[in-house]
Amino acid sequence: MGEAKSGSIYDSLRKKGVSRRDFMKFCSLMAATLALPVGGAARIAEALEKKQKPTLVWLEFQDCCGNTESFLRANDPTVAQIVLDILSVDYHETIMAPAGKQAEKSLSDVVKNQKGKYLVVVEGAIPLKDGGVYCTIGGRTAHDIAKEVCGNAMATIAIGACAWDGGIPAAAPNPTGAVGVKDAVKGITLINLPGCPANVVNLTGTVVHFLTFGSLPLTDSMGRPLFAYGRRIHDACERRAHYDAGRFVQAWGDDGHKKGWCLYQMGCKGPETFKNCPAQKWNQGTSWPVQAGHGCIGCAAPHFWDTMTPFYKRLENVPGFGVEANVDKFGAGLAAATAAGLVVHRILRASKKEKSSEEEK
Amino acid sequence: MTTERKRTYIWEVPVRLTHWINFFALIAFSVTGLYIGGPYIHPYSEQSYTMGWMRFFHLLAGYVFLMSIITRIYWAFAGNRYANWRVFLPITRKQREDLEGATKYYLFMSKKPPYAAGHTMCAGIAYFVLFLLFLFQIFSGFALLSYGSPGFFHLILGGWLNSLMGIQAIRFWHHMVMYFIWVIALIHIYLATWLDSVEGNGLMGSIFGGYKFITGKEWE
Repeated sequence: MGEAKSGSIYDSLRKKGVSRRDFMKFCSLMAATLALPVGGAARIAEALEKKQKPTLVWLEFQDCCGNTESFLRANDPTVAQIVLDILSVDYHETIMAPAGKQAEKSLSDVVKNQKGKYLVVVEGAIPLKDGGVYCTIGGRTAHDIAKEVCGNAMATIAIGACAWDGGIPAAAPNPTGAVGVKDAVKGITLINLPGCPANVVNLTGTVVHFLTFGSLPLTDSMGRPLFAYGRRIHDACERRAHYDAGRFVQAWGDDGHKKGWCLYQMGCKGPETFKNCPAQKWNQGTSWPVQAGHGCIGCAAPHFWDTMTPFYKRLENVPGFGVEANVDKFGAGLAAATAAGLVVHRILRASKKEKSSEEEK
Repeated sequence: MTTERKRTYIWEVPVRLTHWINFFALIAFSVTGLYIGGPYIHPYSEQSYTMGWMRFFHLLAGYVFLMSIITRIYWAFAGNRYANWRVFLPITRKQREDLEGATKYYLFMSKKPPYAAGHTMCAGIAYFVLFLLFLFQIFSGFALLSYGSPGFFHLILGGWLNSLMGIQAIRFWHHMVMYFIWVIALIHIYLATWLDSVEGNGLMGSIFGGYKFITGKEWE
């Protein structure tokens, strides 16, 4: 491993006082996150020693800023520094210094001067209904901006549930016709990092993969990187043993809840959701929802606001039969009604038979 | 009745075998499936493996059931006239008349029992619907299983359903269709015992031994 090239990512980190040891720790973390084989960390280190910082613009549309919050709360000091240093964030509505015309200029400068060389992160859904008037920035619709900025980028990263498939803005009845980037802008190099919010480590991992290997990581059929969305939460869950053993929390705060048993009966959507939460966790690896005693809500699953609700029940209710009509009540009722109908039929049969035998006489 | 009866071989071995495999499989499915959908017993021992065993027997029943259904599909083409796929659909005019006759009898609008040597047309249609429900249960079951064990085998047996339906919708209908099957099973047992008592042709015994004692009134 040679000396860092001047102007490289490692060079700028070193100038900011990041030690070689911390740098290598970061490279190892990334190699582990991406599930690279032995030698992966060294390859990442090599790449970061040579590569220049890529320019990155961050677009926010119909969003709550949650992914930005997640991004800025990479609270491991090294990771936070590296995240903000690996990426030269030239445009980000929440954290940039310029405002108004100047801000617009920095965005158009990137698109014009670095055509095909910059990365773009999109946060939030893009409304298409009524010409896209439900989200405009500086007089332009979100759709228009996304087409121009993503269309000229080297690659686009859709971060969060909303940028992936419309997320919460697209929840039924979807009044603004919100869709994700994949449906709004066709034919671009795109990777999706769904979740509400997405994990900053996965964002960093995706960018590091791109810098190291010159390509986006392998994705599944829904455009999500396999390193982060390839395993089901249920299959990597620390409470899985309780599931197999049949030890379930039956009410919040009951004995099983205190002992950390499985949250399956409380509506946990871990069995339906693919994400690396159990391994990666949140807040510097401190905890994650299931560890904290709350079921997974399936925020990385497709259209989770429509498909994963009610969050605290295993299955959705039977529509048209009241709030509490779950599938078991409905089905048992159906079976009971059938049995009752057959009993009535049997009684009718008996009375008919009497009649017919009377007729015969 | 004093009419002379002819002992006739109706239900061949594969028909009876798959019937009873399905019978026991459906019981196993219901007992274990209801637990998997909403655990109703809560053991507290350190050695318990309740969900593990429930899932094991549910999946075991699933593979046995799959083989049974494949066998029955094969027999719908290879078996005798009473097992043939044509008896499940009202194709001929005779079958449509029989459908009307049986329906009227069941609704007390006629006093003439259906007298079918094989299935009545009502039963044929009911079994066709049941067969579609079975297929849905197989595909949705393997679609759910494919979440934990992705691979080509599970993909062709039901994993493809995941691209058409959301996983929670699959779970919901996999659960709901169990109750639909219960409804058909209840009606099936009721009508079979009824016709057995009215027609006196050994209908209930025929699913064990294969023979019915028919009088000649039956449609051919």
